[in-house]
Amino acid sequence: MTVQNPNSFRNGPDETGHFGLFGGRFVAETLMPLILSLEKAYDVAKNDPAFQEEMRSYLTHYVGRPSPLYYAERLTEHLGGAKIYLKRDELNHTGAHKINNVMGQILLAMRMGKTRIIAETGAGQHGVATATVCARFGLKCIVYMGAVDVERQKPNVFRMKMLGAEVVPVVSGAKTLKDAMNEALRDWVSNVEDTFYCIGTAAGPHPYPAMVRDFQCVIGREAREQMLEREGRLPNSIIACIGGGSNAIGLFHPFLDDKDVAIYGVEAAGHGLSSGAHAASLTGGRPGVLHGNRTYLLMDDDGQIAEAHSISAGLDYPGIGPEHSWLHDIGRVQYISATDSEALEAFQLLSKLEGIIPALEPAHAIAKVCEIAPKLPKDHLMIVNMCGRGDKDIFTVAEHLGGMD
Amino acid sequence: MTIRIENRFAKVRAEHRAALVTFVMGGDPDPESSFEIIKALPAAGADLIEIGMPFTDPMADGPAIQAAGLRALAAGQTLIKTLALVTRFRRGDAETPIILMGYFNPIYIYGVDRFIADALKAGVDGLIVVDLPPEEDAELCKPALDAGLSFIRLATPTTDDARLPKVLTNTSGFVYYVSVTGITGSAISDHSQVASSVARIKTHTALPVVVGFGVKNGETAETVARGADGVVVGSALVEAVRLSLVDGKATAKTVPAVVGLVGELIEGIRRVHKA
Repeated sequence: MTVQNPNSFRNGPDETGHFGLFGGRFVAETLMPLILSLEKAYDVAKNDPAFQEEMRSYLTHYVGRPSPLYYAERLTEHLGGAKIYLKRDELNHTGAHKINNVMGQILLAMRMGKTRIIAETGAGQHGVATATVCARFGLKCIVYMGAVDVERQKPNVFRMKMLGAEVVPVVSGAKTLKDAMNEALRDWVSNVEDTFYCIGTAAGPHPYPAMVRDFQCVIGREAREQMLEREGRLPNSIIACIGGGSNAIGLFHPFLDDKDVAIYGVEAAGHGLSSGAHAASLTGGRPGVLHGNRTYLLMDDDGQIAEAHSISAGLDYPGIGPEHSWLHDIGRVQYISATDSEALEAFQLLSKLEGIIPALEPAHAIAKVCEIAPKLPKDHLMIVNMCGRGDKDIFTVAEHLGGMD
Repeated sequence: MTIRIENRFAKVRAEHRAALVTFVMGGDPDPESSFEIIKALPAAGADLIEIGMPFTDPMADGPAIQAAGLRALAAGQTLIKTLALVTRFRRGDAETPIILMGYFNPIYIYGVDRFIADALKAGVDGLIVVDLPPEEDAELCKPALDAGLSFIRLATPTTDDARLPKVLTNTSGFVYYVSVTGITGSAISDHSQVASSVARIKTHTALPVVVGFGVKNGETAETVARGADGVVVGSALVEAVRLSLVDGKATAKTVPAVVGLVGELIEGIRRVHKA
């Protein structure tokens, strides 16, 4: 073990699961013993070379890692500034970064002797990844999905069913992602013996935010090495979109102590921050407690959680991972936002210039690249996390653009 | 420390029976009907009253209490109004213990110190906050205890002997044993386990142990009363409210529906003589 640098941004969370004010373990007593045993099991696995080797092997041969770091030449020329690289996590099996985390959690679940896996999903990408890995290992899989999202994301519902998962439409509350998470927690409270809750983002009670981050950090570690190999130096800036923020923390974390690397997180501004219809928890919310952690949340003056809005179902969540809240407050990461229409423009631009159809989530990051990159010198190296492919979004985009003609 | 909870358990013990702890949602189905329901509870047979503080995302609650919370929010309930409800109740009843039950976020946003002060002023005796386990005691539990409010903890079947002392350390008033691993409204599968679980908890504490989850009528109340110091009923009462509504609005049947069920529950409890 190396001695920890007290000035590092990478030491969190503390023993009680806090990143400064944020994080913690705000769960019902029924779940507390489960969370404590998960923490213990993860601590052992994390330091077990056999677990790490098993993980590495599946990431290589099943997921398809490492993902390429691709120089987006035509986008760079078009914008006329910074040299832009795309970290191609959309090329992973199942088409997004989600499977990095799912693989880790499912291998851990099996070490813990759990046979029943539950998950929540919004757009369906985490649900598909969970259903996929459960199929691979012959585990029972139940995915909770808001009834509204089941309707909006039919292809992914079908994919999950093909993979043998049971998809449960959630009709409580607002019938979207936050309600799916409530329902998954209710399932866990009711099935404590055999069930493992595979959370899809770097949020929830400790140890989830740290564990999911660790599993996603493969993105940033690879990108760092690849950039050093390609350009002989670190990037000047890195940028990723944020809903709960697992792809972003996975890219950011290995760079947090490289103080010359500027880091940007892009939240979903929906119809615009002043419209009230957005999903930008950091820019438009305040600290509160939901789903097991303290973090920035969208809510009213009575502490009632508000509905988020984004054209991207994957960013449509009224909270954010607690480590992002901390990085926001200490100023290490700059959090900005992109609207629905900016994301739609970026979606089309990248498709036409690079032959890469991005998911609507990373399209938010691309939108901000279009704003930032032209003002930067040509020797400025920038990495954008391409965390998902856009196949799932083509119908949504077609609807907004008024058809495919 | 307010002494209403202790006094009430002493009175119930003197009557050689278990206590009836009733849960209703503050502001359900509307502020005025909610007050009428709560005002009628003591005479109907309730020994202690838990008032739910509605929250949009009640992660540990089943469909009945979720729906009750959403009805209350739709009718404009807020934490300020729930505290006002207690103030109004106290004008006519100085003895029945009132416990506020809910989730942390609305309290956190209201401000912990301000909430504790306003709750004491309104006449609240205790708090149950579902998503604050002992690991988060610094947030609300300790300041509430210091100020004289009871902080009632939930113990569950997953709380083993190694963990019980941690759960019970900063608990006061009584212990709420959640008899099933499940959400509110779940049925108890094995009543015989209730008595042995209560006995297990009692080896760690002198506080009364009340048992909830799955009590629906006089018969189940009677069964649970055999093994516990008190019986908690929540989902069945908010369901009685729901079934009395027409187009979501309270009717002349709303208060009597709750009062009738409470009467049946206390009758069941009284059938069990406690030594």
